[in-house]
Amino acid sequence: MKYKKKVLEDVIQGVFLILGMITVGFVLLITVYLILSGIPAIGEIGIGNFILGEKWASTASEPFYGILPFMLTSVYGTAGAIMLGVPIGFLTALYLAKFAPVKVKTSVEFVVALLAGVPSVVYGFVGMMVLVPAIRKLFNIPDGAVLFTAIIVLAVMILPTIIKVSITSLEAVPKEYEDASFALGATPVETYCRVSVPAARSGIAAAIVLGVGRAIGEAMAVMMVAGNVANMPHLFGSVRFLTTAIASEMSYSSGLQRQALFSIALVLFLFIMLINAALNFFLKRNKEA
Amino acid sequence: MIKQRKIYIIAVKALMGISISITVVLVFLLAGYILFKGLPYITWELLFTSPSYLSEKIGILPDILNTIYIILATLACVLPIGVGAAIYLNEYAKNKKIVGMIEYAAETLSGIPSIIYGLVGMLFFCQFLQMKTSLLAGALTLVMMNLPTIMRTTQESLKTVPQSYREGAFGLGAGKWRVIRTVVLPGCVDGIITGCILSIGRIVGESAALLFTAGFAHALNGLFEGLSSSGCTLTVALYVYAKEQGEFEVAFAIAAILMILMFIINFVSELVSRHFMKIRRV
Repeated sequence: MKYKKKVLEDVIQGVFLILGMITVGFVLLITVYLILSGIPAIGEIGIGNFILGEKWASTASEPFYGILPFMLTSVYGTAGAIMLGVPIGFLTALYLAKFAPVKVKTSVEFVVALLAGVPSVVYGFVGMMVLVPAIRKLFNIPDGAVLFTAIIVLAVMILPTIIKVSITSLEAVPKEYEDASFALGATPVETYCRVSVPAARSGIAAAIVLGVGRAIGEAMAVMMVAGNVANMPHLFGSVRFLTTAIASEMSYSSGLQRQALFSIALVLFLFIMLINAALNFFLKRNKEA
Repeated sequence: MIKQRKIYIIAVKALMGISISITVVLVFLLAGYILFKGLPYITWELLFTSPSYLSEKIGILPDILNTIYIILATLACVLPIGVGAAIYLNEYAKNKKIVGMIEYAAETLSGIPSIIYGLVGMLFFCQFLQMKTSLLAGALTLVMMNLPTIMRTTQESLKTVPQSYREGAFGLGAGKWRVIRTVVLPGCVDGIITGCILSIGRIVGESAALLFTAGFAHALNGLFEGLSSSGCTLTVALYVYAKEQGEFEVAFAIAAILMILMFIINFVSELVSRHFMKIRRV
């Protein structure tokens, strides 16, 4: 009887261990598949031509597979979104975490959560219907589907992430720091800007890195507003991101072209892994501080 | 007070005021615009028919059903795995290396962009496992995406189950499995429900991962038939109608439906978390 029970317990523990390891299995599956399907094309095209090639013409009779335009577009687009989104998001978070009355705070937080839930195709659709024509008129350019439009859409999309994570880290600042600053005669604004913000800087850095991750991985919204032509990045030119390069050709690709798309995915994956490493670094520092 | 200090304070306050108004106005403009443009096009006919080329009418009933099927299939797979993994981490695991590995894997999964999930899902489920483009392949891809969410919310609520409950049950002679079944699991229902709501929100909003795994078909199917055949969810339908077919009226209607769904999901999750907080306090 006792022996039977012990076996049962061991079996159940084993089952739970397997369920836990499935997560690890998924990560391995993704990594292995991306590497296996991404390496051959890089080998065939040559890593130099692939990474540093400035021309992408996958369907031409003499095809070129250079993804430098995509990488630069992704980097510029993300940087632009961060430059627009972070100041607004950070200042909103500062106000909500330290100054806002409770009622204002809960209702604005609900509104921000709503923003976070909006599907990316809806962002893309509204961008396509409103921003693209507006930017065409405003800057007097033939087509409004340009990098600048994508940057605005991405900036809006990363706002909720930045606001939420910044609020959490600002609220985690020990009250004693702020009290000490008040006791020295500093006003609330001075205290929160010069004491609380520096104390929460790791958390705010983590918020920015999360925003970078979200912006660089976004596919559908930018596909609908960035024009989707494989140019070198130009603020008012039609561009293609790493993500949209995969999405836009996948449905009709074949042969080396298809394999090259998997290689792009591998490059994107490497970018994300770098960002994850940065995120872990900041989160760890946040815990230690 | 020195003049400089005053200017500094006023400047910071003004900037904060501008930022918060941008954020709030943005949300209201976005929601207002979509509802204003989309609500007039939501008709019974649109909601309850399937598209027909003969009468040149578009109905989104198949897309609504596909969305429901994919939510059901995804949750049915991800719940046991996610809850089980959380229980393993919280109740069983003693080896710190394994815990670290699983947690690192979950973090990695939550950072991977959906287009990469779509690609791997296509390679593994559709091609290697020969499921073709089907809702089931899409659902399994979404399982990978939502696993970290379910794990995290369950783990958080497992941590709030008081240790004394477990000790009490052990003291009465219960085995580990019995304790988990009768004491620990009932205590983490709130985390599981929160995780489900979050996942439903993510599944409804997902498009990039489904584009190559679940496909674009608009056929009207039952649950099991639907899972094995290609079908598009509401978000993918929005993309197809807006970008490829130029049916902006239908696209606006779907966008409005999605906005309303998201509002409901957010509202329910807020209510649920408040409800459970009250219970905890008592």
